[in-house]
Amino acid sequence: MAERYSSFQRGGRRWLWQRITAAFLVVVLAFHFFLLHFVHHADEVTFAMSQGRMQELTYFSLMILFLLTATFHGVNGVYNALVNQGISGTKKTAAKLVLGVASAVLIVQGVRTALAWAGGVPL
Amino acid sequence: MSQSYNRGLIEDFGRWREFSAGMWAWVFHKFTGWVLVGYLFTHIAVLSTALTSPEAYTTTIQSLESLLVVRLLEVGLLAVAVFHILNGLRLLFVDLGIGLESQDKSFYASLLLTGAIVIASVPTFLAGVFG
Repeated sequence: MAERYSSFQRGGRRWLWQRITAAFLVVVLAFHFFLLHFVHHADEVTFAMSQGRMQELTYFSLMILFLLTATFHGVNGVYNALVNQGISGTKKTAAKLVLGVASAVLIVQGVRTALAWAGGVPL
Repeated sequence: MSQSYNRGLIEDFGRWREFSAGMWAWVFHKFTGWVLVGYLFTHIAVLSTALTSPEAYTTTIQSLESLLVVRLLEVGLLAVAVFHILNGLRLLFVDLGIGLESQDKSFYASLLLTGAIVIASVPTFLAGVFG
């Protein structure tokens, strides 16, 4: 068994972006958990409280950036896992396509929800 | 000069008896990654009830949070997220070439710290669910 598949491409940027988003997500994911479980509590959640936070431009933009980086990091991670597992050719192209569409749907849905809370971009 | 050697097919989980600390870290990181990306899609789907109406969102979240099984799953999610964060930091250091000799110890430290943080968080995560 000498096969060895790697998702790393020489000169590629995805490897670097996976690490840049990781460094960002380490901080923001910890903040997200801390704010929504320890400062506020799970059983106290209401639309109005989420709305209050999302109407702040700083919080709103942080959450949009959180959505974008988490989607890239997660979906790119899945793609890397599939490549490391040895998929190639049509399967690889199909995976790229399906994951791309799934990312787009997730981002659109997340942004629509954020806008519903904030009542538009909170400028 | 970099050296390469035949490690066999790494993604062969049937070789788990041969795994050392670094290999377990890799398996756990991959498993927690799958859980987190799966949760990300679920999370956005649940939050999307805010698009229906403010009442639909509040009712959905409060109904879910009143269920013990959801609170227990949240503790599980915390465990998965904390491990992925701590082991992710470990990986960032490894990529920078820092602490390569202690990569096994930093894996064990990630596990212990994850356990400690999760146990300490249980009261907060279960608050109010018993009535």
